[in-house]
Amino acid sequence: MTDHRLQNSVRQRHSLHPEDIVTLVIDGQQLTADPNDTLLTIAQAHNIHIPTLCFLEGISAYGGCRVCLVEVEGYGKLVPACLTHPAEGIIVRTQSPRVIEYRKKIVELLLSERNHICSVCVTNGHCELQQLASTLGITHIRYPGLFPSLAIDASNTRFIHDPNRCVLCSRCVRVCAEIEGAHTWDIIHRGIKSRVSADLNQPWKEAVTCTGCGKCVQACPTGALSEQGKAVGEMLKKRYTESTT
Amino acid sequence: MTINTLQIATIWLDGCSGCHMSLLDMDEHLEKIAHLFDMVYSPLVDSTSLPASVDLILIEGAVSSEKDLEHLMNARKSAACLVALGDCAVTGNVPSMRNSFSLSDVLATSYQKDVSANPQIPTGFVPALLEHVTPLHAHVQVDHFLPGCPPPASAIFALLSHLLQGKQPDVSKLSRFGS
Repeated sequence: MTDHRLQNSVRQRHSLHPEDIVTLVIDGQQLTADPNDTLLTIAQAHNIHIPTLCFLEGISAYGGCRVCLVEVEGYGKLVPACLTHPAEGIIVRTQSPRVIEYRKKIVELLLSERNHICSVCVTNGHCELQQLASTLGITHIRYPGLFPSLAIDASNTRFIHDPNRCVLCSRCVRVCAEIEGAHTWDIIHRGIKSRVSADLNQPWKEAVTCTGCGKCVQACPTGALSEQGKAVGEMLKKRYTESTT
Repeated sequence: MTINTLQIATIWLDGCSGCHMSLLDMDEHLEKIAHLFDMVYSPLVDSTSLPASVDLILIEGAVSSEKDLEHLMNARKSAACLVALGDCAVTGNVPSMRNSFSLSDVLATSYQKDVSANPQIPTGFVPALLEHVTPLHAHVQVDHFLPGCPPPASAIFALLSHLLQGKQPDVSKLSRFGS
């Protein structure tokens, strides 16, 4: 969190009545917070790092990826930090062995669900999922890959939708609906068959609500949405022949 | 060869040999650890058979054919320590992209579709492909994983120098999937 945002957060807190402030402990740090904040924003304001994937500042929190799960003493289940508000006196652990093991399992399951072939992905080296796996120390995937057969939608003249790289974080859906106001994207089907689709499952170029703004491409954490011309197969070497030199 | 020299082998399954190239890319750093091991079997040396017992085997490539599986099983029997070297060995990587299709479709597309002169699927001289491409740990216990496509030479050096000194390597910060 930037200094500016931290100052804003502190200013807001000072404007609260004392009874509107809760105290809590995150990773041993005694903190006070606005009960309307989430554990994630409180942690970020105090430079406590909680990894995220489906969370994107500026759009609503979704709690879909479960990467930001934290442990709260006395709670039976782990809770997503991006959606959980603090209660008075809670003790939160963001890096306990249990939390880290769950995060690893979640990311490994995400990697095993679709076809994440990093070496030939358009976003290799700039991918939040790849970075997350690296940060969590994931060196292999314990679950067998499902290798679904998913068609790429390259019908749009400017962008490509490759569901093979999609983790269903829904950042594209939310940024399109909440920021652009178009709501071109949504998630169809259920469970393991869930897919991101444009305008009631049309090819992207036929999605009449799409304004072509590209916010979804910017919001996508992986290579599921990308600009045309960036894929490995499209990286053509320029060969100069006698006629061109 | 001194009595303390470790016997090392490397094996090349379904991969592009890039991981072996990265191994050689250690350049002068190889000299620092060369006295600690003897390369007894590898695509990089002349010996033609894997000894019954070696200390360390680095395996590049995924398991795609019956022959790959046979090599892997022999390697596991032979090796005290087995390392999955690179993304193909660790995840299946590019070879595993055919897993989204049936083997019969893959073979038909490669050998028959759009082939005008005597289209046929090879039945001999080349190892039969398995239905799916799998990483090493789908078949055997793997002692260490080094992801990367290819893993950087510095990560291979760190892994090797730790293992040669009997230490447990942690290379998770030195390489990643697709690097």
